[in-house]
Amino acid sequence: METIQIEGTPKTPTVKFDEPTHTLVIRGRSIPENSIDFYKPLIDWLDQYANSDASELIVKMELEYFNTSSSKCILDVFKKLEKLKNNGTSVSVRWHYEEDDEDMLEAGEDYDAIIDIDFEMIKVEEI
Amino acid sequence: MERKNIMLSFKGEISTELLTSILQIIENKLDRFGESSKVKKRMFNIMVECLQNLHHHISQPAKDAGKELPSVIVMVAKNVTGYSIITGNFVEEQEVGDLKNRLEEINSMNKEEVKELYKSVLADGKMSEKGGGGLGMIDIARKSGEKLDFGFIPFGEDKSFFSLNVKVK
Repeated sequence: METIQIEGTPKTPTVKFDEPTHTLVIRGRSIPENSIDFYKPLIDWLDQYANSDASELIVKMELEYFNTSSSKCILDVFKKLEKLKNNGTSVSVRWHYEEDDEDMLEAGEDYDAIIDIDFEMIKVEEI
Repeated sequence: MERKNIMLSFKGEISTELLTSILQIIENKLDRFGESSKVKKRMFNIMVECLQNLHHHISQPAKDAGKELPSVIVMVAKNVTGYSIITGNFVEEQEVGDLKNRLEEINSMNKEEVKELYKSVLADGKMSEKGGGGLGMIDIARKSGEKLDFGFIPFGEDKSFFSLNVKVK
């Protein structure tokens, strides 16, 4: 299947899939005015991924900030991951947050509570 | 005295480019103040929501409604206890009731209740046509941790001027 690679901008995160390690990374800021347009290729790619015979997907969320418009789209991403997991793929989500950023930790906990995937919370010095 | 603490003040039409510049100016100033990354992030987050709210929900009065050109107000001030992010914009008079109820509802809640409200609105999966999803004000209140300070002033026949003061510590 095709890989996904979106370079980051000051308003949108880097999105990258590393095929050998089955790892999808979403890193940076997500504050676009229109988040639906930005996240559509990723949502489409996850649909493709679900149709491939991949057995595993590791998702590393390394966000510095995100706006509420992105938060709904990020939830849509997690819903796709939940579906993937329910269909037998091993899915893990690693939610990174900076050590003093309790808002980002709480945001991860919100998603963890809504989505049926156990998130791994990873404290880092800097994203 | 108060004026000295104003970090940024703007009145005019808001565009995407302007929104980006305002964020950059504030980010640089907070850096110069040597603010903790926690406060910087909180400020940045709340400012993004406030400014994008302006961008999405503004309603311009008809040109003949007043002599002054319709405009948006953005002000960021530093005070003894923290910061204030103040915005002002015109809204349709018919939207005032809903907006006021929503803000009063948020203000009546404690921290935990605001968090639960955020989660339930996020989880219901609906998106407004403007893509906001109704989360903006809840997120602002949650990150601010303070009551939202707001007011409405009737303007012309069918508009109101809505002002919002968000405090950040």
